[in-house]
Order: sequence, then C-alpha cells, then structure tokens
Amino acid sequence: MSAVDTRVPQPTTPTPPSPRRMGPDARRVTARTVRYTLLFLFLVFVLIPVYVLLVTSFKPGTEATLTGAWDLPQNWTLDAWREAWDALSPSLWRSFAIAIPASIVSAILGSMNGFVFSRWRFPGSDIVFTLFLFGMFIPYQAVMIPLRQLTSDLGLASGVPTLIVVHIAYGIPICSLIFRGYYSTTIPNELVEAGRVDGAGLIRTYALIVLPLSAPGFVVTLIWQFTSVWNDFLFAIFLSNTRNGPVTIALNALAGGQLTDYAASMAGALIASFPTLIVYIVLGRWFIGGLMAGSLKT
Amino acid sequence: MRSRIRNWGPGLLMVAPSIVVIAVFVYVLIGATVNESLTDRHTAAPAENYVGLENYANLLDDDRFIHSLKNLAVLTVVFVTGTLVLGVLWAFLLEKGVKGEGFFRSAYLFPMAVSFVASGVVWRWLLNSAEGEGAGGLNALFGMAGLDVLQNPWWSHPDWGMAAMAVPAIWQLSGYVMALFLAGFRGIPNELREAARVDGASEAQLYRHVLFPQLSPVALTALIIIGHMSMKMFDLIMAVSGAQYLTEVPAVYMWQALLTNDYAKAAAIAIVLLVVVAVLVVPYLIHNARTERQR
Repeated sequence: MSAVDTRVPQPTTPTPPSPRRMGPDARRVTARTVRYTLLFLFLVFVLIPVYVLLVTSFKPGTEATLTGAWDLPQNWTLDAWREAWDALSPSLWRSFAIAIPASIVSAILGSMNGFVFSRWRFPGSDIVFTLFLFGMFIPYQAVMIPLRQLTSDLGLASGVPTLIVVHIAYGIPICSLIFRGYYSTTIPNELVEAGRVDGAGLIRTYALIVLPLSAPGFVVTLIWQFTSVWNDFLFAIFLSNTRNGPVTIALNALAGGQLTDYAASMAGALIASFPTLIVYIVLGRWFIGGLMAGSLKT
Repeated sequence: MRSRIRNWGPGLLMVAPSIVVIAVFVYVLIGATVNESLTDRHTAAPAENYVGLENYANLLDDDRFIHSLKNLAVLTVVFVTGTLVLGVLWAFLLEKGVKGEGFFRSAYLFPMAVSFVASGVVWRWLLNSAEGEGAGGLNALFGMAGLDVLQNPWWSHPDWGMAAMAVPAIWQLSGYVMALFLAGFRGIPNELREAARVDGASEAQLYRHVLFPQLSPVALTALIIIGHMSMKMFDLIMAVSGAQYLTEVPAVYMWQALLTNDYAKAAAIAIVLLVVVAVLVVPYLIHNARTERQR
C-alpha cells in the first residue's frame, strides 16, 4: 500500500482564494477534486461504447438508426436479442468446443515446459525458451499460407479440429512463460534439488511436488488462453468459415452484411462477449495475474 | 558424462513434444513462407519458378504497399502514444489509493476482455463520418455538446484516418498499460519514497526523480507489447472499416492478396511484416534473456 493515505476525510473548505495562499489542506482538497473529476471523465470514455451497445440492442429495428444512436429505446424489445441468438448460437457452441480443449492442452504443456525452463534446465534451455517466446510475437500472417497446407496434410477437418490444434500450438509460448514465472517464485529450488539428490526422477518430482502446487498457475493460464482463443479472429478467418467457424466469424458476418440490422449486431456483440466478460468479472484478480505474467516481467 | 545427461536428459524429454510443435508451426512454416515468397506463384496453381527477390522488389514499387506502410506508421505512433499516456495517467491517478480504486481499475481494464470484432461493431457506429444534421456516433455527441468544431470524418479522412482508427485500439488497451504501471508502482519499495520525503523532496520531485525512473523497464515492456500488437493489427480494422484501401495496413493487404490467390505476393508482404516486428521484438527478447542470466 502507498504511504500517503489520501482517503482521510479532510475538513472541507472548498474556497481556495488564490493558489499562493492555499494551505496544505486546501491544496489537498483541490488535488482530490481534480483527481476524481478526471477519474469520472475517463470512466465515461470507457463506458460510452457499452451504453450505445446496450440501448441499441433493446430497440426495434426501425428505431436502431445512426442518428438516434444516443436516444433511449421508445419501445423496449428483446427482438434483436432473439435474432442475434438465432444467428450466433451454433457458432457460440463451436467457440466453446475450440476454446476449452485448446486452453486445457496448452496449459498442461505450458506447465511441463515452465517447470523444466525454471527448475530442471538443460544446456541451452534458455535459448530454447527465447525461441519459444519469439513464436508468440510473430505476426501469424507469416505462417498462415503454409499452415493451411499443413493442417490439411495432418488430416484435420477445416473449422473446429483445425482451430483446436492451431491454438494449442501457438498457445504453448505464452503458457510456458506464465508457468515459468509462476514456478520460479512459488517452487523453492531446494525442494527440487532435494528430490534430485534423493534420486526422485523428474516425473515423480513434477507429479508429487510441483503439480499439487500448480492450481493458481493453471487458473491464470486457463483464463488467459480461453480469453485469447475465444476472441481470436485472425486464425478463424484464415482456417474456417461461417458454417464451421467460431462466434467471431459469425458476428463479423452478422454485423458486416449489406443490410445490417444494427440492433441485432449490437445484441450479437454483447452475446459474443458474455463468456469472457463473465470470466473477467468473476475471476478478475486471476485475469490481471495473467496480464502481468504475459508481459515477460514476472 | 553419462550421469550429467541423466541429470538433465529427462527435462529435455519433457519439453521435446513442445519443441517439435514450435519448430514445425513457427520456424518450419516461416521458412515455407519465405520459400513461397521467392516463387512466381501468382495463381492457385503451384509455383513454376523461383524468381529471387522479385516479389519484394515489386512491393517497393507498389504504391498501395507503401500506402499501407504509411497507414501502419500513423496507427502505431498514435496507438502507442495514446495508450502510454492514458495508461500512465490512470495508474498515476489510482496509485495512491483512492476511494473505489478497485471499481475504477476494473472498469478501465474491462475492454481487454472483449474481442476487437465485438467492440468493432459499436466503434463502426461511433466513428461514423457524417457531420452536421445527419451526424451519428461521436460526431452527434459533439453536436449535442455544442462542440461542432470537433466533428470530423474519423477514419474516412484520406490523410489522418488511421489516427482515428487508433481510438478504439486506445480504448481497448490503455487499461492494460495502466495495470502494468500499477504493478510497477506497487513494486517500488516504500523505503524509497520515505527516504525521498525525509530528504525533503516535494511530491513532484518524488515522482520525477525517484518513482518514474524506477518504472522505465515497465515502460519498455509496454512499448514493445503495444507496438507489436499495433504492427499486427488486423481484427480491429476488418471490424471497423472492413478491408478497403483507405485503412489498409500490411496485414489486411496480405489477406486481400490471398483472396486473389496471389500467394507469392501475400507471402512477401507477410515476411516484410515479420521483419518489421522482429526488428522491434528480437533485441528486446535478447535483452530480456541477458538481464535474466545476470540475476
């Protein structure tokens, strides 16, 4: 916590005559007023899109016009939500079918890699780790053309199976990074060394010492991976279509058509965002943990 | 010798499956893209000849490609500057512990949980170019507030449209930079602040000479992460404007080239993009690996 507690209520005399004659108390009050004003202004900036999304989604098609974007609905209706649900629900389930297995498998691989990279290094393991990390920064366009060929050579059907495999593969670097950081702060080196001296093999050390301590690492990794797979559009547009792809593809088609129903696309944007938003609201603390771990500085 | 291998061998074995996957999915495929970019495969039919660097030379002569690079530069400068300024400001405002800190923090950060495709649906409306009577979106809001001077064509502006395209990106990722800096502030030992105060430093001096210098590694991290995201930007542009010349960046151009089955050109664009990102990221990764080894 910070040393200065600005939350102590000050006896308020909100009349600072001139800056020069301001006492320390008055100056603190001014500073606090400025701070809260700014905080609320930025809050408005952040919430403006949410307001437009929400009010438009409850409008009937005739009211959902650009010029009336800021008005509240005159006739509240759930029609747009129904329409969006009909358009998106098949792809919504496909998104779950992609994101859940992909996050679980890459988290497991990440845990194994993270353990080795932090606590059971081999010669050159730091270089291998850095080569892994590069894989998470590349623009995926640089692999996309041969990737299509590769997935079909592997016999993977377009859509869900392909996207599961691809997200596992490209999820390995970030998952390894998160677990490496996690283990290097939570698993004492001595514990692993002791196991090594006792002749406990790698598998036993991992299974009996490391895994039982891994739950928080898994929560952070799974949230991170689920969110990024769920929100992916790039792999989806290259490797699937509206009939077999995830919800981002279906939403883009719903919102980008020639005769766009604005109310339905706004409701659709909300529907497509609910799973990750719920994860964020319920498990926010862990979500932020993943953000920090994903930034290399662990 | 054998006992040493027995010591680290199992570790290597445990990572081996991932090494194979990364080697194939990252490095072999990048090699295959480079290979493709050196051929004359401009149709769906297989390539017939290697043409050396011809596809790259053509890109340099291609006004459309140069235009997409310019767009990318404008987007990146505005996006990086915007997120860093807002992110640092938000962290600074929240850092001393204000009432409702958790609420503000969660609200500022929530756009991170949403996809560019979903937020693009609403930003397409907010950034509508109509002005005056028929204005919608943010322009209508400016009109209602009597700030008509602020009305502008947003991303439809031929020169500065990409600066407007950065607005949704800034909206989405400033919270992330804030979170990085908040963690940075929290990581500074309290003794440092105490010592500066005892030495008679004012609040401004405390931040300027003590706290901010401590945060330069955080700033570097934020710069690299936001910078490389910007260079890869694809989803947001597709969602807000769709693929069109005005807002085209290399990632979108590559997609368009692929739609016309110009594989060689698409591959060359992708490799140029990779090199641009690598110039930013590789020194950072090496720097990171070095500082870790010293620890």
